Amino acid sequence: MTELRYLAPNSLDEAIKAFAAAGSAGRILAGGTDLLVQMRAGVVKPGLIVDIKKIAEMTKIEQTADGGFRVGAAVSGMALHDHASFGKVWPGVLEAVNLIGSKQVQGRASAGGNLCNGSPAGDSVPAMVAAGAVVTVQGPDGRRELPVEQVPAGPGRTNFKPGEILVSFTLPPRPKGSSDAYLRMIPRTEMDIAVVGLGVSLTLKDGVCTAARVGLGAVAPTVLLVEAAAKALIGSKLDEAALNAAAAACSAACRPIDDKRGTIAYRTKVAGVLLKRTTAIAAQRAKGN
Amino acid sequence: MTVVTNNKWIGQRTIRPDGMDKVTGRAQFAADTNMPGMIWGKVLRSPHAHARIKSINTAKAEALPGVKAVVTARDIVDFPIEKGAVMLGIQDMRWMCRNVMAREKALFPGHPIAAVAATSEAIAAEACKLIEVDYEVLPFVIEIEDAIKSDAPILHEFNTFEGKPSNIAGRLEHKKGDLAEGFKKADVVIERSFTTRPVHQGYIEPHACLISVAPDGKTTIWSSSQGQFMVRAMTAHLTGIPQSDIRAIPAEIGGGFGGKTIVYLEPLATLLAKKSGRPVKMVMTREEVMRATGPTSGSKSTVKIGATKDGKIVAAHGTFYLQAGALPGSPIRGAVGCSFTPYDIPNLLSEGYDVCSNRSKVAAYRAPGAPIGAYAVECVLDEVAEALKMDPLDFRLKNAAKEGTKAAHGPTFPRIGYIETVEAAKASDHYKAPLGKLQGRGVASGFWFNAGGESSAQVNITEDGNVVVTTGHPDIGGSRAGIANICAELLGIDYRRVSVIIGDTQTIGFSNLTGGSRVLFASSIVVTQSAEKIIHTLRERAAKIWEIDPEAVKWEDGAAHPVSPNAGQFPPLTLKDLAEKAPAMGGPIGAGVQLNTQGADGGFGTHICDVEVDVDLGIARVTRYTAVQDVGRAIHPGYVEGQLQGGVAQGIGWALNEEYIYTKEGKVDNPGFLDYRMPVCSDLPMIDCIMVEVPNPKHPQGVKGVGEVPLVPVMAAVANAIYNALGKRFYALPMSPPKVLEVIDAPETRQAAE
Repeated sequence: MTELRYLAPNSLDEAIKAFAAAGSAGRILAGGTDLLVQMRAGVVKPGLIVDIKKIAEMTKIEQTADGGFRVGAAVSGMALHDHASFGKVWPGVLEAVNLIGSKQVQGRASAGGNLCNGSPAGDSVPAMVAAGAVVTVQGPDGRRELPVEQVPAGPGRTNFKPGEILVSFTLPPRPKGSSDAYLRMIPRTEMDIAVVGLGVSLTLKDGVCTAARVGLGAVAPTVLLVEAAAKALIGSKLDEAALNAAAAACSAACRPIDDKRGTIAYRTKVAGVLLKRTTAIAAQRAKGN
Repeated sequence: MTVVTNNKWIGQRTIRPDGMDKVTGRAQFAADTNMPGMIWGKVLRSPHAHARIKSINTAKAEALPGVKAVVTARDIVDFPIEKGAVMLGIQDMRWMCRNVMAREKALFPGHPIAAVAATSEAIAAEACKLIEVDYEVLPFVIEIEDAIKSDAPILHEFNTFEGKPSNIAGRLEHKKGDLAEGFKKADVVIERSFTTRPVHQGYIEPHACLISVAPDGKTTIWSSSQGQFMVRAMTAHLTGIPQSDIRAIPAEIGGGFGGKTIVYLEPLATLLAKKSGRPVKMVMTREEVMRATGPTSGSKSTVKIGATKDGKIVAAHGTFYLQAGALPGSPIRGAVGCSFTPYDIPNLLSEGYDVCSNRSKVAAYRAPGAPIGAYAVECVLDEVAEALKMDPLDFRLKNAAKEGTKAAHGPTFPRIGYIETVEAAKASDHYKAPLGKLQGRGVASGFWFNAGGESSAQVNITEDGNVVVTTGHPDIGGSRAGIANICAELLGIDYRRVSVIIGDTQTIGFSNLTGGSRVLFASSIVVTQSAEKIIHTLRERAAKIWEIDPEAVKWEDGAAHPVSPNAGQFPPLTLKDLAEKAPAMGGPIGAGVQLNTQGADGGFGTHICDVEVDVDLGIARVTRYTAVQDVGRAIHPGYVEGQLQGGVAQGIGWALNEEYIYTKEGKVDNPGFLDYRMPVCSDLPMIDCIMVEVPNPKHPQGVKGVGEVPLVPVMAAVANAIYNALGKRFYALPMSPPKVLEVIDAPETRQAAE
């Protein structure tokens, strides 16, 4: 029987030291809603678990000097939901985070865990990608920042270096007329995993889309930033032709597989449908800002 | 027998006796029991869909520190094939002994090969890995279509059909009239083929047990099942321990729906406990439940129905192939016997085939087989009604079975309530409500046999004048609440003074398992007779005290009274008074009755379903649903509605999303509730219920079984509603989003829409 150690350090340095020393036997615990399930299923058998929730920075939500947000990697979905202003500025990111699991799971699950789990179907990831979030990671060689879409390396894998721990997400300030939205297709109405997930963030000025980002999940080995879709939206009044072009770009970006959750044909079509629906919601919200 | 209608407790929505324990977490389910010295059992399961077991070497596992016992098929009592069937209820022990532990061959991925008990779950799991099994891997077959091909891999070489080795393990038919002549008279004939996927009962509580075998062989089983006597008998058969030495204690049950009418773990844990001398606990994981316990059959059906221009069905032919899984015994009886039964059809052939294939052996699931057959029949009826330009409910009314109709499976119906269910559906607000764009409405009916059978009850008056009722059936649908209502009614006391418990096998007489919608029907008969005996005793005691004739004493409002002033002037003697006087008046007051109950009447239901289809995503959502059912007499209407709503919820899951998905290797690819999609609350509208009460005249309270009918019509009602919304018919379940979108986006659909 292998031994399992549990550490809950108060400082990031201590956490990194232990995590790096453990090598591939180490696992980071935030909410644990993926890790504990995987352990129970026998998928992973860690020798060391480093609980990061006692590190202040990891559970903090703060507004940055320029008006953006920094969200700690272990902030739970419910904590983000209860924040006074985050959901007003980033309703799409919030709704995506709040779709992870169930109400009970929301008390623990975090966007950080969702990203590090590396699932192409993670709900918060496409919304974070659309939001243009940048992640801060820290490891034995210090801190660095990278765009969120560069984190996933494939199903269950990230581009973090050995010993690196995700610290926070930084979301940029929002110009007037901006908003975002996230939709996913699931066969049920909740407690399900995205067959396709799509986040749109955009800025409208006098009815014209001046900026847009589209994040697309569950249709490729990693969550995708669909630049072609954004390009089709930018400069348009989100008219039918622009939406059709953006939808086609999303469908074209899909590199899905046939599996128990959906077929290639289905996912490819649905990516386009969701682009239109998500954009409509984001635009509606942006008009109020 | 007249049914009394001015009841005080019967028909009341009393607080459920198990409610407080369940909402506060006090209820003891099977996995909640622990014992000092307890060890853990784990099962080694076959990784192969089909393989001959050449040898099993357990030496390394047995040598692992912490391992206390290992068992294999050698330890299980064999029921040789050639000696013929040994039936226990609907199960043949020849198949049960091979299902709990693979004997000659592993027949599905997940088939138990060996079991280990060790001081921890982790050690037991580790030991399983050390067991060396030499398999000769064989070609496998899962789908019916493949299994009935002439060159299919054969699961059981000894089984022949039409003279050749076959995977068809049985055939059943019901026949009436002359089919060919019947179809000749038809103006409209429609024939369609349908498939359904295997679906699991989806009980939340996995199978679990704790078993202790004392050195003298006295065995105690704590487990969750639909029948402690079934657990005792099966365990006795498979371990050789006499039934008198096995005390099976029923735990509170976290859902069964038919799936807990057989055993998986109990014989293994008993043998492990016997070998090790330690109490052994076994708890399945969800994955084990999904891989190795019975779902219901997948199916392949063809139904042909002919009707005259004026809407009379003149002939019908149904052919139902049902997957049995690894060992024979699919529920063809339900498919063949129930599917056409709501209708008076003069010329009928209903036939079913039991098909073995390399997946887990089916277990009963709510009206076993009937929903599968009804899906096909009720969808074809919808098409026939449409071809005749008739309202589908009018079409059903025109052909409805009623008193005097001879059903193809045998009985001539007494007074039944089918017509009333159709009329109530037709008169409902729901049926008249307008529909919007991309919305559709479908209807369907269904029948289930219901059952009686053996029940035992003991009713005791406590020393303080209250009542304890002990019955022998696990309560999976409100039987305790129903019994409390009935007992309170009969004795004329507040129902809160009646405590109903479920006895274990050594404290209450034999009671057949909870299944077939039989429990309240059967147990209320024995409880009623027990209560009547008690009332007789109470009247005798009062008569003795008053020194009058017992015939001059009546029992009313919970007390003995003189029948009239002529009989004497005495203040009433309450149950409490008589209980207090009992020691001096002949001793304790109580009565028990044991019967093989007869007179169960079948149940009929008619459902209305509305759907709205998201045509871009292919999602069909049920937006409104009404279940109408002849419930006989609703002893506890809240529970009856709960049964109707639960059945509908399961049927909607079956219709829209639930299915077993297999990998190329024949393994279940979705063995958990994430990818095996049962509906969640937000998937469903409030399910409306209309209870039609046509009392069963052969039952003291008019009871008919209600638990199984509500699943029977659902898939057809949903399918017919989707057709009504889209103008496209679906002939395969589930109608999940990718499949619905595929049909919507098919070139012919697009053309028709344009």
